Amino acid sequence: MATTSVLGGSIRRREDPALIQGMGTYVDDLAPVGTLHIGFVRSPFARAKINSIDTTAAAEAPGVFAVYTHEDVAHLGELLAQVVIAKARPLLANGQVNHVGEAVAMVVAESTYQARDAADLVDVDYEPLKPVVDLKEAASDSQLVHDDLESNTIITWEAGPWGDEEGIAQTKETIAAAKERDDTVTVSIEAVNQRLIPVAIEPRAVLAEWMPGYSRFRVHSTTQIPHALMGAIAKTFGLDTNQVHVIAPEVGGGFGAKLNIYNDEILTCFAAQKLGRPVKWTETRREAPNSTIQGRGWVATATVTGTKDGEILGYELDALADMGAYEQNFTAAIPFLGLFVGSGQYKFPTHWKVDCVLTNTMTTDAYRGAGRPEAAYYIERVIDAFAREIGVDPVEVRKKNFFEKFDSGVTSPIGFEIDTGDYSTNLDKLVEVADYEALKAERDKAREEGRYVGIGVSAYCEVCGFAPTALSELGFSWSTYGLPAGFYGTSLVRVNPDVTVTVVTGTGPSGQGHQTTWSQVVSDRLGIPPERVRVMHGDTEDSPMGIGTFGSRSLAVDGSATFLAAERVADKARDIAAHLLEASADDIELDSEGGHVTGSPDSSVPWSDIAAAAYLPHRLGESELEGGLESHVIFDPPNATWPFGSHLAMVEVDPDTGNVEILRYITADDCGNVINPMIVAGQVHGGVVQGIGQAMYEEAIYDEDGNLLTGSLLDYPIPAAGDMPMFELSRTTTPTFCNSMGAKGIGEAGTIGSAQTIVNAVVDALAPLGVKHVDMPLRPKRVWAAIQEARG
Amino acid sequence: MYPRPFDYVAPTSLEEAFGALGDDAKVMSGGMSLIPLMKMRLFSPGVVVDIGRIDGLDGVEDIGDHIEIGALVRHATTASNELVKANAAALAAAAALTGDVQVRNRGTTCGALAHADVAADQPAGALACGAVMIAQSSSGTREIPASEFFVDSLTSALNPDEILTSIRVPKTGPGEGSAYDKLGRRGGHSDYAVAGAAAWIKKSNGSIEDARVGVTGVGTKPALATGVAEALIGTDGSDEAVKAASEKAVDDITVLEDLYGSEEYKTHLAKVYVARAVKQALAAI
Amino acid sequence: MEVSMTVNGREVTADVETRTLLVHFIREHLRLTGTHVGCETGYCGACTVHVDGKAIKSCTMFAVQADGANITTIEGMAANGELHPVQEGFWERHGLQCGFCTPGMIMSASALLEENDKPSEEEIRHGIEGNLCRCTGYHNIVRAVEYAGAKMRGEEPAPPDWEGGE
Repeated sequence: MATTSVLGGSIRRREDPALIQGMGTYVDDLAPVGTLHIGFVRSPFARAKINSIDTTAAAEAPGVFAVYTHEDVAHLGELLAQVVIAKARPLLANGQVNHVGEAVAMVVAESTYQARDAADLVDVDYEPLKPVVDLKEAASDSQLVHDDLESNTIITWEAGPWGDEEGIAQTKETIAAAKERDDTVTVSIEAVNQRLIPVAIEPRAVLAEWMPGYSRFRVHSTTQIPHALMGAIAKTFGLDTNQVHVIAPEVGGGFGAKLNIYNDEILTCFAAQKLGRPVKWTETRREAPNSTIQGRGWVATATVTGTKDGEILGYELDALADMGAYEQNFTAAIPFLGLFVGSGQYKFPTHWKVDCVLTNTMTTDAYRGAGRPEAAYYIERVIDAFAREIGVDPVEVRKKNFFEKFDSGVTSPIGFEIDTGDYSTNLDKLVEVADYEALKAERDKAREEGRYVGIGVSAYCEVCGFAPTALSELGFSWSTYGLPAGFYGTSLVRVNPDVTVTVVTGTGPSGQGHQTTWSQVVSDRLGIPPERVRVMHGDTEDSPMGIGTFGSRSLAVDGSATFLAAERVADKARDIAAHLLEASADDIELDSEGGHVTGSPDSSVPWSDIAAAAYLPHRLGESELEGGLESHVIFDPPNATWPFGSHLAMVEVDPDTGNVEILRYITADDCGNVINPMIVAGQVHGGVVQGIGQAMYEEAIYDEDGNLLTGSLLDYPIPAAGDMPMFELSRTTTPTFCNSMGAKGIGEAGTIGSAQTIVNAVVDALAPLGVKHVDMPLRPKRVWAAIQEARG
Repeated sequence: MYPRPFDYVAPTSLEEAFGALGDDAKVMSGGMSLIPLMKMRLFSPGVVVDIGRIDGLDGVEDIGDHIEIGALVRHATTASNELVKANAAALAAAAALTGDVQVRNRGTTCGALAHADVAADQPAGALACGAVMIAQSSSGTREIPASEFFVDSLTSALNPDEILTSIRVPKTGPGEGSAYDKLGRRGGHSDYAVAGAAAWIKKSNGSIEDARVGVTGVGTKPALATGVAEALIGTDGSDEAVKAASEKAVDDITVLEDLYGSEEYKTHLAKVYVARAVKQALAAI
Repeated sequence: MEVSMTVNGREVTADVETRTLLVHFIREHLRLTGTHVGCETGYCGACTVHVDGKAIKSCTMFAVQADGANITTIEGMAANGELHPVQEGFWERHGLQCGFCTPGMIMSASALLEENDKPSEEEIRHGIEGNLCRCTGYHNIVRAVEYAGAKMRGEEPAPPDWEGGE
């Protein structure tokens, strides 16, 4: 790939001037004249029959315009979701509630305060029923979440390899035979990968306006997937998609929580249409855990069988995954995403089985990593345990079982085609950057002094930008929302008459820096400086049919579409320049000034003349060129991209309190070619900290009655500045061949690589005591309890 | 996020404030504990009496053998004021570990004490430093020792018609030192105390002559660990003596399990932090 | 109830309900929407503003309590078209991603630097502990504050560290 200095440079973000001055526009900042506000009445019970709802007092409260219950919205059907296997969510509870916080009624009032006041006056007569909250209990079907289903288990994902029953049977036999051998060791751990609350700092919000004169909705939403929302609203209200205009302005963090279609989005539209006024709903932090999806929620047994010198002969995962009470966008598909990387970077036979189980809790869905952190956690934890058991360095065990370097695809034991990988080189880089041997010496010295210092290492394999569109048969599309659009990338690049560039992309970013990165990509192809490029996104009216921002897909897929579109525009600009200079297009070079004939410095035409010719087509004379200087590309990659990496943490445990301190955190990530190292570093920092949050602090805890005990930031601690170390980052570069830039994806990698790194480190610190596993989060109480148990 | 309506009174004198108090009224100084509860509608007083505009309550004063910390003295001031640091080091340390910068800029020491949260930091400091709470009402002034002030979870000894107008702390004399340490809910020192302890020690001729130890976070209320103090007195303050005394950390406390720890763990932590606080207090002499 | 205060140098008077939170007054009455709301327990700090020179959380203060106060919001930080050094630091050191916590973070960081223009890493972390960020992992925020501190002291900021290890 020919690149300019623009590509690969850490240029400052184009997004920032507005944001650092408080002048970015987020949904809740908008308040058209006459905006009404919603307050939801939510269930205090995890499972209850609704005998009656009395809305009289609420309807009469000051400022109230309307109070709605299920009957009012029944004609709209259930909430649409891309993958529904057994149970979709009702828009408002239909005679029964199935999790705490489920929306039961909706009040619309003049102010947010009045809406809350009136919501408190809605009198709901509940008849509590026995809920099932515990995942294992739910899996036993001793109590059903929904009486009309036969089982709480709605689907089982099994692989080894995927989609091949014969292969699965063979893999199981192979692993069973390995276990029988005398020279093998089998190590199992049962571990919880706990439920998490995403906590984007911006709560979700939606503002809907119905324009009866035009029969159109204009909807602002904090969404990562504006086009999918457009489709869902159109389908729900029986409109054409071009009657629905969805705008995602600045979005204050998503992490998968905003990769969904929510009942509140539909209900806000309903109220706006019904009342003829703009209607807004802004989530409060206290309702968020039960109005926005949660993530993870697995219990699994991971087993490794291998020889005493570290050759692994088989890996098995037997898991339960908590779906919550209803399915939303991708709910039951999330464990399937884990399947993609279920065998990590390794070549040994792998058998995976995950049961997707309903419980009386909030829906789970994509949270940063979505299935892949769970996959990485189990395989990397159990390999660590295995290494410890056989007394071989965990780095060595990993390297022994990696795929060798490959650059034209390899089939994973799970049955997926991985593009490129060079795992040993990457792990070697980590070992070198960290000075692993010196760290081990430091740890051993600390141990001699009676301190509990440990080192944890993890490798990970990630998959980004689910593609090609042929995967739509597995549900990777927005078909349920009335849009048979697979997960391609899309971009429109236009050089305007004044030699500025407008890029319209199909992504819906929430902090990833697309304006900056896409500007760099375009500038690299055209020569026009990044500051003259404006990138638009998140608006369904202005943009091509986009897919959104999730699954670390944007650069590899939509960014690649931008690259290709810019290249086509550059080709056309060269054609025009050639025409104007009476030269051959093959001899034209573009730079910031314009087009030049290679080797003839005097033979140049400025960009202004190229653009003018494009928009005054008569100047194109008798050439066959058409007017305009733009290109729209839909890019369907041949495969997803598969980044990878390895992380190392050094921790110290205070044995008296169980408190864990992170002393060092070192990464070696490989996301292929990098457009903006600064932005990549930022993604790694943030991703790692979300993984550390899971490892050390975060846990959505429900009591047996299904009450969420961790419903505010008071009792759901996310990492704060004082808790985190500085990070030491490094990279290796293994480009993909799946797109022109060789770029893979980095948004989720940090999260996928980090949780088990921390747990491995803490287990290493406590290894002298005989501790073999501690479940996340590693709150002091749990670490201390593990120490006590080991000490007997 | 949206509190229920209430009547707001901002008296400029204590007399005016007393007049506004009643069964449905709540005194507010910084509002750091009260306002979140009101926003979540967990508590909705009919009248909020904002004492923030009353003159003369925002000082730390030297009043002879005591220092006096007024009702409107912010955590940030308690943490950094030289008089407090010199004479109530445990309280200053606890204030420095209360909340975060913004909370410390707005919240008041007296407000935190009156709120009587079981996991708050400063009650332990007040207990160890032997603070006396000055409660005023239209019918007069009561002096309540810290040891009698914390009655139960979120319940202090204040009557509904009283305002905690200041606290008085005996000055630190020769051979005396105090300190506070805790494990926060986020690990380290961050956030509310899973367990915290403050210790005040008076030493003479190489042995501990007097001691007070306050424990917070682990039970139904912040409380004095009198058994620890008794066990310390007469010892030389050696690590062994401290460890032995710390075993009595929860003798007078009903330890409760919560999200942050089992009864067993919190019992253990109380001992650990009592020992740490005592050692730090000894080192501070 | 009528309240008057000075916000970003401008006198404002309005009639508000007593229960109106200062943050709602700033956002909805004054339409200064750079001050954000991220939680309701006073934990996230997205609503941080300066009241009489001190960083406070405007979601944990009633507008009526601010009667007579001098308030600075994020919109009042840049002066005469010049970014505040902390704003510049956040831009130069990639101290933000989604930008939602950023205004509050900048208000806390600037208050910290007013008191201590050469804070250590630990002091910076302690100083912004009341502001939660879910995007950056805080690393670049620390660097941004260090950058701003250097600028305010008239020193050359340390170079960025994101190329490290390459």
